[in-house]
Amino acid sequence: MSRLFTWIRAHLVVLAGLLALAYLVLPNLVVLAFSFNKPAGKFNYEWNQFSTDAWTNPCGVADMCQSLSLSLQIAALATIGATVLGTMVAFALARHRFRGRAATTAMIFLPMAMPEVVMAASLGTLFLNMRIPFGFTTILIAHIMFCLSFVVTAVKARVMSMDPTLEQAAQDLYATPTQTFLRVTLPLAAPGIAAGALLSFALSFDDFIITQFNSGPTTVTFPMFVWGASQRGIPVQVNVIGTAMFIAAVALTVAGQWLDNRRKATA
Amino acid sequence: MTTTTPAAPPQVIPLAKAASKPKRKLTPYWLLLPGIAWLVVFFAVPMVYQASTSLQTGSLEAGFKVTWHVSTYWDALVEYKWHFVRSFSYAAIATVLCLVIGYPLAYTIAFKASKRWRNVILILVIAPFFTSFLIRTLAWKTILSDGGPVVGALNTLHVLDVTNALGLTSGDRVLATPLAVVCGLTYNFLPFMILPLYTSLERIDPRLHEAAGDLYARPFTTFRKVTFPISLPGVVAGTLLTFIPASGDYINAQLLGSPSEQMVGNGIQKQFLNVLDYPTAAALSFILMALILVMVTVYMRKAGTEELV
Repeated sequence: MSRLFTWIRAHLVVLAGLLALAYLVLPNLVVLAFSFNKPAGKFNYEWNQFSTDAWTNPCGVADMCQSLSLSLQIAALATIGATVLGTMVAFALARHRFRGRAATTAMIFLPMAMPEVVMAASLGTLFLNMRIPFGFTTILIAHIMFCLSFVVTAVKARVMSMDPTLEQAAQDLYATPTQTFLRVTLPLAAPGIAAGALLSFALSFDDFIITQFNSGPTTVTFPMFVWGASQRGIPVQVNVIGTAMFIAAVALTVAGQWLDNRRKATA
Repeated sequence: MTTTTPAAPPQVIPLAKAASKPKRKLTPYWLLLPGIAWLVVFFAVPMVYQASTSLQTGSLEAGFKVTWHVSTYWDALVEYKWHFVRSFSYAAIATVLCLVIGYPLAYTIAFKASKRWRNVILILVIAPFFTSFLIRTLAWKTILSDGGPVVGALNTLHVLDVTNALGLTSGDRVLATPLAVVCGLTYNFLPFMILPLYTSLERIDPRLHEAAGDLYARPFTTFRKVTFPISLPGVVAGTLLTFIPASGDYINAQLLGSPSEQMVGNGIQKQFLNVLDYPTAAALSFILMALILVMVTVYMRKAGTEELV
């Protein structure tokens, strides 16, 4: 009896876990299903008729693909900026003892512990006061700012877990500091840097709150386009982009894991 | 050529070491400089600007001046007191729901799933991040639509009667009620709860569970006395990562709620982008930040976890 009880209890946890997973994935399935809808009105909330129109003509909506390309440009530049700056800070924190360490850690932690709307409004206030016109540059500055901390956290964790004896071995074998860094340190830190960069890209591409407070009239990013559309009428193409992004993300992650497994198997 | 070589090695090494010492001391600062400067200029300085803006009066045409007009704070609090109450209560309910929903999933990934399934589930937890937040939130409009299957099921199961009594819904609707907003918030921040929970659960040696079982602990006792206490750092990190962004959010309230579900974020957004009353927007955001900092400090004292970064 008690064994049956344990069995049910053990499976109850898994069942609850699977329900939670369903809760997480359900909206993505709805987005996928409704990308094949032919809505009756301007809004794509109710199922009407099956159609592949949106998939065959993804850029058929005015301004949507421009906003998508703007978002991709900003995300790419913000990722480069945040990854370079963040990796440098992470190496300083992981490899060096210095005065002002606690203050530096606090400075990195605070942006992650602040509601986005607070950062958004305060940065917007700065730009207004400085009479800096809102546009591409202000969005990019804001995105690098909030992505930086996430890169630092990801890279620092990786660098801290690296075996320092490998670098000592390289130096014992007469590698110059530059050679050691390029041939040993950087490849070892690469997974952390890649994780930080990927996170930055996703955060920047999807950011709405900070972007809304710091963008100009002509710089409409993809999330801003969706926000505007949610008030005027949502084109089905938005669901196509959402689904394509989801599939691309899953494919990239699966490919990454497959490569990782293969490398581990051959090594 | 031959005259200099014998003496060279012993001299070169100490010299190089002596020269590299002051350089090494400066290295961390050079590495920190660009990143920290960026954060100081675009994160810390704006906070100061915001504090000063909240004490200004004026208009967009005439310009704003610091007049130490402290009553902006009082007026903002009076006007938006219910927004604050809603922000913190919705965020608190969503955080508790995230913990209740997220814990079994994190536990399943850490202890119940095989290695292959573990990766699949983790991908499914993270992948929604890559589909726009707004698109996924809008999907809830379809899921919770009036007369749809979800609302129908909740009605038949008399769940809506309970939520009606609690004031979370009204009548036969879920959309445009507090329940819809809480549901959206819970959904949007659930991965932020699951990932830290998983990280702290994954470190637990499964043999600890066996040991507890050997000592005649029932599964629930094992969970209460062994698993949960060890996972506490994950619980603390997860609740903070859920509560903080949820209390500042205005997207869920805007897309899934009605005007009577608006939160502080909606107020800040409206004052900053529509009314162009920057002092009030700054005051609201300053109050929000201060309240969150106080709550987080108290919570972390109580939970007693210092190492978060």
